[in-house]
Amino acid sequence: MTKYTDQGKQDTRSGFGAGMTELGRTNPNVVALCADLVGSLKIQTFIDENPKRFFQVGIAEANMMGIAAGLTIGGKIPFTGTFANFSTGRVYDQIRQSIAYSDKNVKICASHAGITLGEDGATHQILEDIGLMKMLPGMTVINPCDFNQTKAATLAIAEHHGPVYLRFGRPKVANFTPVDQKFEIGKALMLSEGTDVTIIATGHLVWESLIAAEKLETQGISAEVINIHTIKPLDDEAILASVKKTGCVVTAEEHNYLGGLGESVSRVLASHHPTPQEFVATQDTFGESGTPEQLMQKYGLNNKAIEKAVLKVLKRK
Amino acid sequence: MPNTQELEDLVIQVRRDILRMVHKVNSGHPGGSLGCTEFFVALYNEIMELKDGFDMDGNGEDLFFLSNGHISPVFYSVLARRGYFPIDELNTFRLIDSRLQGHPTTHEGLPGVRIASGSLGQGMSVAVGAALAKKLNGDNHLVYSLHGDGELQEGQNWEAIMYAAGNKVDNYIATVDLNGQQIDGSTDDVLPLGDVAEKFRVFGWDVLEIENGNDLDQVIAGLNEAKSRTGKGKPVCIIMTTMMGNGVDFMMHTHAWHGKAPSDEQLETALAQNPETLGDY
Repeated sequence: MTKYTDQGKQDTRSGFGAGMTELGRTNPNVVALCADLVGSLKIQTFIDENPKRFFQVGIAEANMMGIAAGLTIGGKIPFTGTFANFSTGRVYDQIRQSIAYSDKNVKICASHAGITLGEDGATHQILEDIGLMKMLPGMTVINPCDFNQTKAATLAIAEHHGPVYLRFGRPKVANFTPVDQKFEIGKALMLSEGTDVTIIATGHLVWESLIAAEKLETQGISAEVINIHTIKPLDDEAILASVKKTGCVVTAEEHNYLGGLGESVSRVLASHHPTPQEFVATQDTFGESGTPEQLMQKYGLNNKAIEKAVLKVLKRK
Repeated sequence: MPNTQELEDLVIQVRRDILRMVHKVNSGHPGGSLGCTEFFVALYNEIMELKDGFDMDGNGEDLFFLSNGHISPVFYSVLARRGYFPIDELNTFRLIDSRLQGHPTTHEGLPGVRIASGSLGQGMSVAVGAALAKKLNGDNHLVYSLHGDGELQEGQNWEAIMYAAGNKVDNYIATVDLNGQQIDGSTDDVLPLGDVAEKFRVFGWDVLEIENGNDLDQVIAGLNEAKSRTGKGKPVCIIMTTMMGNGVDFMMHTHAWHGKAPSDEQLETALAQNPETLGDY
């Protein structure tokens, strides 16, 4: 089993930008749209190298989603870019009718997801987007964990035909997965094998889970850490195989516990293998201003919270 | 290309299709469908350059997007009679397991439909996107769309209107069906639209008007005029005044038939006013 180490902190949105730069050079059908947030989405290189394949739509996200749907008619592969809040809740009906129900090959790329957006506060910190998007029939939902995985996911979704929601974040976090990894949509990654408890994590909480697992090991607890980057379709088999071995599970995500990864995991377990589960997630609340670290501490979204949840779920076995 | 009499015959036959479709399932939207019959007949049989058969990308042909999807009866009838799918399939409108959903969709694979519509105000953005794709592909064909006037109350339209002018999407002709009616009453009573033509103009569009959108010659002339204005740096808008329920006397001059089907007796009266021309489905 690979021992994961931080190769140097980077933001996942820059992983998206790096992926777009590569797609600009390799896939002539890829086009990008942005609603006045080019700098935040890190797509300036794509724009510089492919000016005709970029559409600045201004502060008009509904129109952006519709234009993206239209661009697919003629064979383009549009990637829309704005914050997660404005990529989902603000334009839900446009995505529902013009993209999902219309079977359009649009990639909805959402930066600044979750509470780690930080100081801008709750108006911008969406914690409901995974739920909104996973409920749409036919929508693929992906939340990569670091720079390298986000870049790999960006490349992979261009090869996948169908609507995709790609969720990533603002802060610089550990970059620990392999450079130039192959990204398989819908495939869970076993990061650390264990026998006492399964930790299933997505996004920024994956690194926190690895830290928690190391700390638990010093207490004699063997934790298995699984990275779910694709929340829909979910890798049911990998989840069931692990919990059959460990007998309990903690899910960890930067999202409301209602509608997130945890609930998706619960559905699988309830249907096939009822198992005690604890949820590391926000507890049906809005966020607030603060630094990412302060917010993750206050809202129980870090390695300490995961460790605590593991100790609790172990008692329920 | 069909002659004028053939197009007039088709208009009457499409009216019959609309009336019979909504009557059979006692639901659907005959008013706006009847008001736009001449427009659809002209567009699909006289104006647009279309390939044989149907593929989603539509490269090398003109494209049409229906934004006010509730007038699906006229869309389905004209598509079927243009050969996109069997005319008999009009029998399945709004029934279970049909490709002819209450509002148009790509989801059931109905040839001729490239986007779902029904939730209003989304079609113009999609049409603009398709027009941009045509430019990227070096495809000189045009994109057309139709919008209800009440539908312009949806804000997304104005985002698209601003975008299309600001980005010189000049391979695109949007038509607004100005019938002055919506579900709850006249547009003036529900939410006044003001001078729609002037609004498009100040947003930077090239605007022309069809005074009587139920006069086939005027519709054809207006659409041809619009075509001649494409490629000149501005998107083109046609403000087309129509009569909701046109061709059926008791359905005209009221919003009552926006989304209501005729009774058996009313159907008989309406069909008598539009005698069969090309054969019922």
